[in-house]
Amino acid sequence: MEEVELKRILWRSRRGLLELDLQLERFVAEVLPTLSEAELALYGDVLLLPDQDFLAYVNGAVACPNARLVPMIERIRAAQR
Amino acid sequence: MSVPVRKFDAVIVGAGGAGLRAALQLSEAGLKTAVLSKVFPTRSHTVAAQGGVSASLGNSEPDHWHWHMYDTVKGSDWLGDQDAIEFMCREAPNVVVELEHFGMPFDRNADGSIYQRPFGGHMSNFGEKPVRRACAAADRTGHAMLHALYQRNVRANTQFFVEWMALDLVRDEQGNVQGVVAMEMETSEVYVFQAKATLFATGGAGRIFASSTNAFINTGDGLGMAARAGIPLEDMEFWQFHPTGVAGAGVLITEGVRGEGGILRNSAGERFMERYAPNAKDLASRDVVSRAMVTEINEGRGCGPNKDHVLLDITHLDPEVIKSKLPGIREISIKFANVDPIKAPIPVVPTCHYQMGGIPTNYKGEVIVDEKPVTGFYAAGEVACASVHGANRLGTNSLLDLLVFGKSSGNSMIDFIKTAPKDLPPLAIGDVERSLARVERLNQQSNGTQVNDARAAMQATMQKHCGVFRFKDMLAEGVAKILEVEKMVKTIEIADKSRTFNTARLEALELENLIEVAKATMISADARTESRGAHVRDDAEDTPERPNGRDDQNWLKHTLWHRDGNQLKYKPVTMKPLSVDTIALKTRSY
Repeated sequence: MEEVELKRILWRSRRGLLELDLQLERFVAEVLPTLSEAELALYGDVLLLPDQDFLAYVNGAVACPNARLVPMIERIRAAQR
Repeated sequence: MSVPVRKFDAVIVGAGGAGLRAALQLSEAGLKTAVLSKVFPTRSHTVAAQGGVSASLGNSEPDHWHWHMYDTVKGSDWLGDQDAIEFMCREAPNVVVELEHFGMPFDRNADGSIYQRPFGGHMSNFGEKPVRRACAAADRTGHAMLHALYQRNVRANTQFFVEWMALDLVRDEQGNVQGVVAMEMETSEVYVFQAKATLFATGGAGRIFASSTNAFINTGDGLGMAARAGIPLEDMEFWQFHPTGVAGAGVLITEGVRGEGGILRNSAGERFMERYAPNAKDLASRDVVSRAMVTEINEGRGCGPNKDHVLLDITHLDPEVIKSKLPGIREISIKFANVDPIKAPIPVVPTCHYQMGGIPTNYKGEVIVDEKPVTGFYAAGEVACASVHGANRLGTNSLLDLLVFGKSSGNSMIDFIKTAPKDLPPLAIGDVERSLARVERLNQQSNGTQVNDARAAMQATMQKHCGVFRFKDMLAEGVAKILEVEKMVKTIEIADKSRTFNTARLEALELENLIEVAKATMISADARTESRGAHVRDDAEDTPERPNGRDDQNWLKHTLWHRDGNQLKYKPVTMKPLSVDTIALKTRSY
């Protein structure tokens, strides 16, 4: 992945909701460096979710209906433990 | 000067509720309108607003804008300007119905009308009994509002510049506003956005405090830019706090936890609320609880290595009760405090939520300095101080503020642009050069302060010295300390000088905005020797002449902090509404 894309992803991990900011901050610091190119692209797609839905999936309050995104949502959830 | 210039009729900085509402007004009038935003518009912090938007539609029971006005004036502890408050409350039903027509999915009654629910402080007949006035879209009102307004703007051909950060305001020699200097994040290229009219709708600056519910993007960029451009900031001592946020994170723990039997404890394990409120104890009102928590921390009985928080203990509750009645709280605590509240108490601290002050405007969204509008400059939303919230905001009036003043500033801008000369005047380069020099200093600085260190020092100073409950000596010390922190900020450096999406540079630029807000807040709070609304001081005594410490004789006035020399000036509160009689001063009690 080009550096610009990676850094765009880092910036886009800043959200409108504090609870997402805090959880993504942790994920970005601990997990992002270990992701493959394909996984990074998938995380980039997850970042396109509307904040309220995204938070509900990360909190496990609602199951993410898009099966393709679920593994990455689970990685973000796992980073919070 | 080689800075590229882009020209528009109107430039709006910020794409939350206020910015989008104003942009819509302008674009639908056929004006060439640019909106700059650090993040994608629907990820603005407006998305966090859950409670609803108030309007006296009277769909469930009789209601009247005048009653809404009364509640707002009382909520503001009489510091709100009554002309602006009348304007907002009268406009509320119009802007809410408009939003409905824009496709906002409000909750509805069986007859199809907008469902309205009760909310704290909403009363009928001038404070007589609760009334249902809050309109909501489930618990996603802000989110739904952003989506409705964004879609409508796309249709109206508003030009969005997403992932752009405005750096500085551009004013000519007469002080007229010509636009902003802004940076494209992807390239770090700097442009001037020149326009006939410029609106700041950049939101609040809750990140000045160590504990805040605000998203990371809430760095008071508009306030920093305005202050550097010589615009004073109004009533910055007034911030709304919630008693219990997770220490170090800011995520709120609902007051329901204390309702279920949660107990606040200090470092000795003592249930300290027994001393402050022998009857209500942990269920005392918000201000009493906040005051007790801060007093414990100040007197050295705080917990943790820095003795900077207290503990909320529910370990004595049946684990099954916690799991069934407080599952969300358990999850928040595990996630953000790394504590399972079944086994150990939750670290909590009073947490900043909302900024009442801001850039001084009138109800038309025009920025007012020395009683006159600043030509070409407008502000709306949390960054602005109209002032409708005064010393304390009424719940659900924040979303209403965005809609009403976003629209009214849009209309004022249209009127102004129509009368302005067709061609833009020559661009004044002084401010542009100062802005470029600011960026260049960051690139050149070495042996300076790390951004994270300076920000942490600022946040700790604000939290400790200027938090939810304030002490004379602490404020005086706080002023000296924040001026020291300012010196640190003047030498902040970044290791990463790269050009593409350089988050380090952006965070440094944000800190330069935050520090202006922090200074304004500390210095304004130190000077205001009364208690009013959200500004509560230990040394403002409750007497018959000054109930709750409010001193109308000396302090029924707005603070104006000027960056130049940290001067404070004051201006009177507008007590005269537009069409009705004044709502006379009274003790604020519920």
